[in-house]
Amino acid sequence: MAMQFYTSPEQIMRDRSEYARKGIARGRSVVVLSFAGGVLFVAENLSTALHKISEIYDRIGFAAVGRYNEFENLRAAGVRMADLRGYAYDRRDVTAWPLANVFAQNLGAIFTESTKPFEVEVCVAGVGASPEDDELYRLTYDGSINDEPGFVAMGGQSEQIGAVVREHHRVEADLEEALRLAVRALGSVGGEGGAQRELKADQLEVAILERERPGRTFRRIRGAALSALVAPAEPEVEVVIPDDAPEAESTPAEPVPAEPAEDIVDVEEASEKDGGDEKS
Amino acid sequence: MTTGADFPGRMPAAFSATGSSSFAEFLQAAAPEYLPGRRALPPGDLSHASAHATTIVAMTYADGVVMAGDRRATQGNLIASRDIEKVFASDMYSLVGFAGSAGIGIELVRLFQVELEHFEKIEGTPLSLHGKANRLATMVRGNLSAAMQGLAAVPLFAGYDLDSREPGKAGRIFSYDVIGGLYEERDYDGIGSGSLFARSALKKRFRPGADADTAVKWAVESLYDAADEDSATGGPDLTRGLFPVVMLASADGTVRISDAEVERLARDVIGERSDYPGR
Repeated sequence: MAMQFYTSPEQIMRDRSEYARKGIARGRSVVVLSFAGGVLFVAENLSTALHKISEIYDRIGFAAVGRYNEFENLRAAGVRMADLRGYAYDRRDVTAWPLANVFAQNLGAIFTESTKPFEVEVCVAGVGASPEDDELYRLTYDGSINDEPGFVAMGGQSEQIGAVVREHHRVEADLEEALRLAVRALGSVGGEGGAQRELKADQLEVAILERERPGRTFRRIRGAALSALVAPAEPEVEVVIPDDAPEAESTPAEPVPAEPAEDIVDVEEASEKDGGDEKS
Repeated sequence: MTTGADFPGRMPAAFSATGSSSFAEFLQAAAPEYLPGRRALPPGDLSHASAHATTIVAMTYADGVVMAGDRRATQGNLIASRDIEKVFASDMYSLVGFAGSAGIGIELVRLFQVELEHFEKIEGTPLSLHGKANRLATMVRGNLSAAMQGLAAVPLFAGYDLDSREPGKAGRIFSYDVIGGLYEERDYDGIGSGSLFARSALKKRFRPGADADTAVKWAVESLYDAADEDSATGGPDLTRGLFPVVMLASADGTVRISDAEVERLARDVIGERSDYPGR
């Protein structure tokens, strides 16, 4: 008969936590925050097909970091649960808290029961009638649930990112201000020698839950609309002057002011980037 | 071995099953009692048990499709409802209406709406228009045994095909029979007891590529003709201010024509018919 070695429960849990934390820390981060017009999700994500941010229901969004196949499984379960509730009762009866609760129970059960915990951190966000009514829940690999009103930062070095957001976050901010803050916070880590990184539109995945919109409030912001919001206030305009062009036409064009929410254009570009970026 | 539901806190296995993006398939595993057509029915003809909804018409126009339905539901010789709505947006770019047993039809439409949204959320991209039409056929098929006992509901589906190469011909119409047969229709179609008369009216009026205003007027007029001949189809109700539900689906999405606009068109039709109402 094989000899069974005794391992204390403390040791098992500690090992699992450490394993999950390491996995999560390798990935890039996500910031979710309330602003005047709704709830903003910003993720650093090179893929345009493998989403870290998605729609769950009319006024509920989902963001995650860590292992893609694991949080995708949770997301699909969330969509199924929300749609089942909305179908059995009414669309208004689908709210963020019960969903976050089920995710927490599920993550907790997997953490205790399985050999390998889920290497994920999840944010379930519900947009309310005013920023004070927004619900932001952060769930971790062991099933802990935290109610974090205002903003949530998740992923590797989330504390540093959270500190930047905490310092400048205002719920009265408009979309442009909120997005710039989130991008700055995400760029505050991972630079060479602690330097600030400038993140460009094609490195970001951005979506909002629009507070004033009836029905399904989730909208992705991408393409030209995103570039206009992310670009610095006075962009350097590169002007290529053809040889035969008159000199007078070389004046750079006025930068077009960005109008949030109105000019959300879906520009889906086929991504040639690495499709199997599991820990993105 | 763990199968999912046995440990406290785990969601039932159906919630984390992979490979299906269909809400109806998920319901079958997780909550089959919510699926229409899966209930045990007493034997015999049950057609008297539910109110009957009647005429729906759909036609293409330059930018997409228009669908309109009258507001009447009947039960035997009585009027069960004067203001029932039988035309709905099934998603951003498609419309669905139904005729037949009102209870079954409303459930079918609700399930279809969730089905389309569910697929879009799980897959991250909407179904193609023909994919939507096929899903609806499967749902109609699921109701076959109830339909054979008199609880039949038949949908009419129309939408704007985002994959169409010719923008002027992106409006498409699909009709169904009670056993779930799917037929793509050209130009225009109608379902329900008054559809024979509505289609006859459209046969004379319809021209391809009309603008939205004209197509909406033709739809209102065809329902007027149906109500004129069929007692189960309701005409414009001027005293109560009840008019057909008319919706458009185009590249800009779906929109319901305002009651005020439909009233104006209905009054126009009545005015024109007053010269010689026919006999």
